[in-house]
Formats: sequence, structure tokens, C-alpha cells
Amino acid sequence: MTDTSITDSTVTDTTITDTTVTAATTIKGRVTVFPRAEILDPQGKAIGDALARLGFGQVREVRAGKSFDVVLAGVDPGKAGELLRRMAEKLLANPVVEDFTVELISGETP
Amino acid sequence: MRCGVVVFPGSNCDHDVYHVLKHVLGQDAVFLWHDEADLHGCDLVVLPGGFAYGDYLRAGAMAALSPIMAEVRRHAAAGGPVLGICNGFQMLLEAGLLPGAMRRNRDLRFLCQDVWLRVERDDLAFTSRYARGQVLRMPIAHAEGNYVDRDEALDALEKAGGVVFRYASPGGETAEGWNPNGSARAIAGVVNAGGNVLGMMPHPERCAEQVLGGEDGLGLFASLVAAAVEVRHA
Repeated sequence: MTDTSITDSTVTDTTITDTTVTAATTIKGRVTVFPRAEILDPQGKAIGDALARLGFGQVREVRAGKSFDVVLAGVDPGKAGELLRRMAEKLLANPVVEDFTVELISGETP
Repeated sequence: MRCGVVVFPGSNCDHDVYHVLKHVLGQDAVFLWHDEADLHGCDLVVLPGGFAYGDYLRAGAMAALSPIMAEVRRHAAAGGPVLGICNGFQMLLEAGLLPGAMRRNRDLRFLCQDVWLRVERDDLAFTSRYARGQVLRMPIAHAEGNYVDRDEALDALEKAGGVVFRYASPGGETAEGWNPNGSARAIAGVVNAGGNVLGMMPHPERCAEQVLGGEDGLGLFASLVAAAVEVRHA
């Protein structure tokens, strides 16, 4: 088990040093999608208002997004970030209204 | 005119569109299954409303990747008319056949009500039976019809004459109070640069007979039929 904590656009390298990749080697990545900063997020606003009603007066703002955990098999750890980025651009996020970040959560070589 | 109404798992306005085309206007209409990459020689393709694929991920996102969409793209690229209503409009956006995207309605509620639309273009195959500035009354039924795009993209869309319908008052004035879902610039319907791909959130098929409370939607389908006759005689 190797842990990495690479985020967003600079996914180029990871701390994984073992480069022996087999079909059984799995890597778990997480793509997090959020409405772009300048896009009104009515859902996040409603949730923020609800938190305030519950007494959490400290809440200044809530942005509501979604995340996707993707388990990859047989992928070179150094290329996993780029692969997830392409998935986000093609399907997981809508670039007109959403931004995304990519992180590698764990890798496993049995 | 041979009309194809695409049926996706979760479509629920397919029969309404089929009824208008076949029984009200007497056209040859067929259903097209989303999983089949074949338009069966249809002149007009309609992507109907509903909740295709349960609106998983984003409304229209899964449907935009259906096998039939490759054929719809080809049809659109060849200048063939494509009409997307409600969920069908969302599909056209997700497929990149029209610019922009949909967000949840401004007030986060599913809206099921009549709205008034100002016609901005009457020179299209979709709108020749209307007059520019005419106000139409049509129903909407959606939770994600809040049209957005980057400001510069909206400017470009307006400049290119891409806005076909705007939410307005019964008198035809656009004001925030008459914009039900918060759409940028009160945009309710958009056409591509070629003028042959139209997406709109309101439902013309639900107001094409007086027995349903109004006929303002019939003009859209009648325009398409008239345009097809012109093509045949050209």
C-alpha cells in the first residue's frame, strides 16, 4: 500500500517508486467536481442556509459538488492522474459550468 | 415528412411528440430506439423530454453518449433538422451540438407551469409560422432549465442570432419576474449556427391542440412540415 496526496493540475509524479505494473495492480483515484467559482450554486446556498438555521452561524458559504472514486487496474501510477483527468474532461465534469480536481488516494501491488 | 422520435430509457414525452406529428399533422412518424445507430431515413429527428437514464451524472449526459447520437450528429452535420425539447435540449448541450449548460433552477424547485415566450427568430425552419416578437404560451416542466454559459459565449450566441425564444411577460417584455428558472438573459431556446439544431426547455408538444388548453406549440411542428415541403419542391 502506497499513499500519495497529489492534487489537481500538477499530477505528474507520485511517491510510488515501484514501477512493476501488472494487470492486478490497482490504483484508486478520486475526481472531485465543483461548480465553477463564478457560477451560482443554488444547491450549496440552500444547504448553507439550512446549516445556519440549525445554529451553525459560523457558515459563510457552502459549495456543493460531487466526487467519484475510480479504481484503475494495470495502470502505471505515473500515468493514473492524467488518465483520470481525461475521464473528467470527457464525462465526469461539464467544463462549461464545473471545475474538477484529481487525486490519487491509494495504490496496491499484490 | 418522415419524423423520428428517439426513445431513451426514461423518455416520457415521446408519445406526445409522436401524437402531434402523426395524428395532428398527419406526418409519417416512427419511434427510434436509442440503442440502435440508425435513423431509418428520417428527415426530422426529435429528442423528447423525460429523464433519460434517470438523469444520472447530469441531465442528458448519459443520453449524449447513446449509440444513436452518432447518427444524430451526422444528420445535424448534413443540415438535417434536429429538435430537442426539455431533456432533449439538455442532451444537445451535453453532446456539444448546442453551446451552454443547464444548472438547477434558481429556486431549486421542479417547475411545472405555463410560461410566456417571446419569439426572437421567425426565419428558421422551426419558426416560420411564428412572427418575430410574437408571444407564445407554453408549459414547462423541469428542475434543471437554468441556462448558463460564459459571458463571452453568451455575447457570441446573441450576436449570431442563436437565441430563438426568451421567457417574457404576456406582453413580451423580459424581466426577472417572468424568468421562471433564472436562465441567463432569459434564454428558453437556442439554435446552432446552421439553423438546423434547436433546443428548448418549454414543451410545444403539450400545447398543440385546443383540447389541451392551447395551440401555441403547433406552429413549431407546422413550420417544420412546411420547411420539408419546400425542400421537396426545391
